[in-house]
Amino acid sequence: MSEPAASDPTTPCFQFVDVSLQAPGGEAILSRVDASVASGGVTVLVGPSGSGKSTLLRLCNRLEVPTTGHVLFRGRDVAGLDPLAHRRRVGMVFQRPTLFAGTVRDNLLVAEPGGTDEDFQAVLERVVLDGSFLDHTADDLSVGEAQRACIARALLTRPEVLLMDEATSALDPDARRAIERLALDLVEGGLTLLWVTHDLEQVRRLIGEQIDRVLVVLGGRVAAPDEAATFLADRDPDTA
Amino acid sequence: MESASSIGWGGLVASLTLVVVALVLSWRMKLGLERSMLWSCARAGVQLLLTGWALTLVLKPEASIAWSWAWVVAMVGVAGLTVRNRAGDVPSILPLALIATATVGAVSLGVIFGFHIFPIESRTVIPLAGMMIGNSMTSVVVAARRVTGELSDKRLEVEARLALGLSWKEASRPYLREAMRTAMIPQIESTKAVGLVFLPGAMTGLILAGVSPVDAVQVQLALMYLILGSVATSVTVVAVGLTRRLFTDDSRLVRLVRVG
Repeated sequence: MSEPAASDPTTPCFQFVDVSLQAPGGEAILSRVDASVASGGVTVLVGPSGSGKSTLLRLCNRLEVPTTGHVLFRGRDVAGLDPLAHRRRVGMVFQRPTLFAGTVRDNLLVAEPGGTDEDFQAVLERVVLDGSFLDHTADDLSVGEAQRACIARALLTRPEVLLMDEATSALDPDARRAIERLALDLVEGGLTLLWVTHDLEQVRRLIGEQIDRVLVVLGGRVAAPDEAATFLADRDPDTA
Repeated sequence: MESASSIGWGGLVASLTLVVVALVLSWRMKLGLERSMLWSCARAGVQLLLTGWALTLVLKPEASIAWSWAWVVAMVGVAGLTVRNRAGDVPSILPLALIATATVGAVSLGVIFGFHIFPIESRTVIPLAGMMIGNSMTSVVVAARRVTGELSDKRLEVEARLALGLSWKEASRPYLREAMRTAMIPQIESTKAVGLVFLPGAMTGLILAGVSPVDAVQVQLALMYLILGSVATSVTVVAVGLTRRLFTDDSRLVRLVRVG
């Protein structure tokens, strides 16, 4: 099965076409979502807890599949792609740093079984951790360091897209800003970033005034532009 | 005094003395277990007497050995239902438990009779199948509970592995391994300790029935090895089968809770 081409800037990175998702009990988690995510740069999914934004993110790397509708990756239905290869192209960093038992090296070996210490030191440098961390166990790391190690692990699959699922919500403000700077550096390097958050200050730090880069998720659907603008204005710390 | 292989009704009643001791202890210590002790003793008595009566019919020299095989099939069914009752919250446990116990029955009896360890007779088929299947049941319950527990408790880790492009087999391997170890270790430990602290049932029975200790030990050792193999087989069937069922074909862990 041929995989979609990586670089056609005019094709959206992801498109959600009439996507609905129901829990096994029948409860609607997402309802008829139509939205697209541009290639390159940062797109932020923002909304209150439980609104369905994490689910929307998980649809992108097929940790969830829609009950109805389609998710397209660079114009191709994700349902038709090899899920394992697709997940290596679309990496994910979770809300809580999720390191496996063992050392940082052991963790990196899960992502790249044939990787050498040189490869791993290089990827740790990208997340601003020095090579000595390779021998540190998960328990020895601070939450911020652990999240960086998780990002390094995700980068080892050489993803074109990185999904960040409230990846800084467990961090203190300094560590949070450090991860944001790191993420923006990765975007400079050509990565497409989808960032889920409910922190509007963080939205501003990530995308500035590019309001078209925000998808507001409310009650299981992506809000229309006027509703999204009202939501953002109501919660803007400068206007509240 | 009766012979060692037949204690008679009087001997059976006398053995209840220790149950009386247990009842008194429970009453004095306010454990509130008197009713369940009486119920379990009565239930065991009725069940075993019925089984003994049915066995005398099946083990009659003129009875066809087909009845013994039918008994084994019934045993597999009852074992499957017992596992389902003890681990009812584990999805799809009944078919898996039936497959596991049937596999144990087929493999262990195949080895026992294929290698002529015991002759194929009604008096060997039923007790041997019962021993293999019965010992496997507890391990099957532990394996099923641990697999679901591990994959549920470590859901984040499993999904982090899946998100790195690992297949369900690769992503579940550390957790499957842990669950299987937990289920098998008690049998391994009891195999290690046998003879040092306790003399197992079959050997005790044979010695009480007048068989020489060396012959009894040989039988017991063969049984212990076979039980260990049966436990490993049943645990593997259930743990691997259940893990497969907890993932979709496209390597997603089945949804157990709503994701925000």
